[in-house]
Amino acid sequence: MESKVLHISTSPHLTKQITTADIMRNVVYALLPVAGFAVYSFGLNALLVLSTAVFSSVLTEHLLCRWSNKTTTISDWSAAITGLLYGLTLPPTLPLWMVFLGGFVAIALGKFIFGGLGYNVFNPALVGRAFLQAAFPVAMTTWTASFLQERFVSVTSSVFAMPFIEPTVDGISGATPLSAWKFDNVVVGTQDLVLGFISGSTGETCAILILAGGVYLAVRNMLNWRIPVAILATVYIICFILNLANPEIYPTPEFMLFSGGLMIGAVFMATDMVASPLTSGGVVVYGVLIGLLIVVIRIWGGLPEGVMYAILIANAMSPHIDKAIQPRVYGTSKKASAS
Amino acid sequence: MLTGIFGIRSKTFRHGVHPPEHKKETLGQSIKQFPFAPEIILPTIQHIGAPSEIVVREGQEVNRGQLLAKAHGYVSVPLHSPVSGLVRKIKNVPTITGKMVPGIHLEPYPASGQEVMEGTAIDLETASQEEILQGIQSAGIVGLGGAAFPTHVKLKVPEDKSCEYLMLNGIECEPFLTTDHRVMLEQADDIFMGIRYLMKATGAPKTVIGIESNKQDAADYLRKHIPSDLPVTVEVVPVKYPQGSEKMLVTSILGKEVPSGGLPIDVGVVVVNVATAAEIGRLLPHGRGIQERVVTITGPGIKKKGNYLIPIGTPLRFALDQVGVEGTIKEVYMGGPMMGVAVSNLDISIVKGTSGVVVFTEREARKDQKIYPCIKCGACVDVCPIFLNPSKMGILAKFEAYDEMAENHNLMDCFECGSCSFVCPSNIPLVQYFRLSKSIVRKRKAQKAA
Repeated sequence: MESKVLHISTSPHLTKQITTADIMRNVVYALLPVAGFAVYSFGLNALLVLSTAVFSSVLTEHLLCRWSNKTTTISDWSAAITGLLYGLTLPPTLPLWMVFLGGFVAIALGKFIFGGLGYNVFNPALVGRAFLQAAFPVAMTTWTASFLQERFVSVTSSVFAMPFIEPTVDGISGATPLSAWKFDNVVVGTQDLVLGFISGSTGETCAILILAGGVYLAVRNMLNWRIPVAILATVYIICFILNLANPEIYPTPEFMLFSGGLMIGAVFMATDMVASPLTSGGVVVYGVLIGLLIVVIRIWGGLPEGVMYAILIANAMSPHIDKAIQPRVYGTSKKASAS
Repeated sequence: MLTGIFGIRSKTFRHGVHPPEHKKETLGQSIKQFPFAPEIILPTIQHIGAPSEIVVREGQEVNRGQLLAKAHGYVSVPLHSPVSGLVRKIKNVPTITGKMVPGIHLEPYPASGQEVMEGTAIDLETASQEEILQGIQSAGIVGLGGAAFPTHVKLKVPEDKSCEYLMLNGIECEPFLTTDHRVMLEQADDIFMGIRYLMKATGAPKTVIGIESNKQDAADYLRKHIPSDLPVTVEVVPVKYPQGSEKMLVTSILGKEVPSGGLPIDVGVVVVNVATAAEIGRLLPHGRGIQERVVTITGPGIKKKGNYLIPIGTPLRFALDQVGVEGTIKEVYMGGPMMGVAVSNLDISIVKGTSGVVVFTEREARKDQKIYPCIKCGACVDVCPIFLNPSKMGILAKFEAYDEMAENHNLMDCFECGSCSFVCPSNIPLVQYFRLSKSIVRKRKAQKAA
């Protein structure tokens, strides 16, 4: 029984065996079916966009770590998630140089300047996308139809456009259900929306796979289910009332729920732990706020889609939500302040 | 929450965690007497408070039960000899914290009958409140749940308060430990005798025994054997850590919160561990002092896992030799794995507060885990039984903002249960930060006062 050296540690000596890297890795697993469907429906275009997005995010993270003389943090999977999520929000025919640039912005401006993992104020993937939306509004709203015949053999020419030289918009277009509704007053059927037989960003089209990924994470306690539930419920309830009041102008709640980036935003973007509030009460307020903003932007705003801005605004609000919503400390009448 | 709506409160506290229990290995093992070690080493600090004052000299022969060191002041307890034998040496001995304190080395006489000396009996019928408290102090009794706070101090009800409930703590929420479980099954008569003394000492009109549902057999057994003249009830509560903490136990059973910075007596409750009560019931009628205690020795590295009645002062190394160790010892904890202290040196002794010894070998010991940044997942916020914000406080501790933590984040309410560290996916040693922060805040306060 002679012991060599006893190992000393502070209590507790037991831990739940889930680590941050486990959580991150599982988020990637949950996103894989969504990414798979993106490639299945948009073909080589989506494959190129997604790989470029992940590559540029991970590379940026690695180089920035090297540059600041820190050990590289790419092994915690968080840069890969950012890259994948970011890629899933992009139009499938976006020129790859833009994809690469946005991936750099997502990590450098969305995460690194705040201090890296754990310190970002905004969801980095959405920061990257917001940058592209502002810089290249036309390319970012040019959509291709899904399930094109030649999607596995040829790549749309715009994808390989040279930076700042060649035109970045290709002829083939397919309106997203939201822009079709907003600008042409055409409403796509719910079944097509749920199953993903529509046009849109690479990863936003198949609601059912997104939900499945969300359930997988929620069951493993790696995702706060209150956030998507609060967002979806808020959007549904408001649209239900609006639709009841005037079905001519306002779309059905089902259409609102399953179209555009709402599903992927609610399940995978808004749930970024770092940029969302800490308490159970706080995340509900946060979710309701996102739901409200989405409806307001979509119905009364100039853009057909508002999920990205809704989440970014709520991200900025979340420290304030945390400050306002704190549970009462045991044995006291006062609330703990998070300030 | 639903039960709340229907007006039925489920008997538990809010938040908390469910660590793996690991109690199966020892809960069926009845308490076995341990042999005397060739050398018994008694440190003079085995309790919270002033060290006991040694009253024997080197070379003196002592009887089992004889006073070795007397209490130094009110918050202190005496120390009795667990064996008949010889005082070999009086010199500094190591303790679990690494601090050396004055201690007594005893050599047991192998041939001695080891009869225990009788002292002045405390008669339950005639003794006054004060006399019972005095008797408890003279018996050297401290909280046997692990805190080792002198019991007579805790039982003293302040004049402006009254005790409505005596609460016996049979929760034993620490994983691995089964000492209280066995004590309840095997020493029921001692517990009820202890309750009689305790009710008289505190003036409590009723007693409630709190037991977690993983010890249903103990609850049933005690219920069946409650003497007809004793107003005792047994409450079974769902298993959850840290229910064994006084504050959480009071909340679970009575639905009341102990005020911040206060004690259970502020809501009319005095909480005593079941093993402490049994010891009082056993010792006071004979005026004896405490000589041994029940210790669970367990963990993957132990061959003969079980619950043992071990003389106080038995060296840990001897205890482990007796039960046998498989493989190379990697980690040893005294107490449970959630709040217990890692042992750096096997030459320390089993003391009054040692409720368990848990041994991990190379294989099971936690691999050094990488610390990731806080990802604000909120897991710690969701488990803190005091409703603090460990995530925020962890960041403040890093910036050394200790006063800010104490003033605005109720740092001093943290009772260091470790639930936050247990759930943290980033392996941030949150509770360790808070322990350090608390001691710094206390020091600063003391400096200001001086």
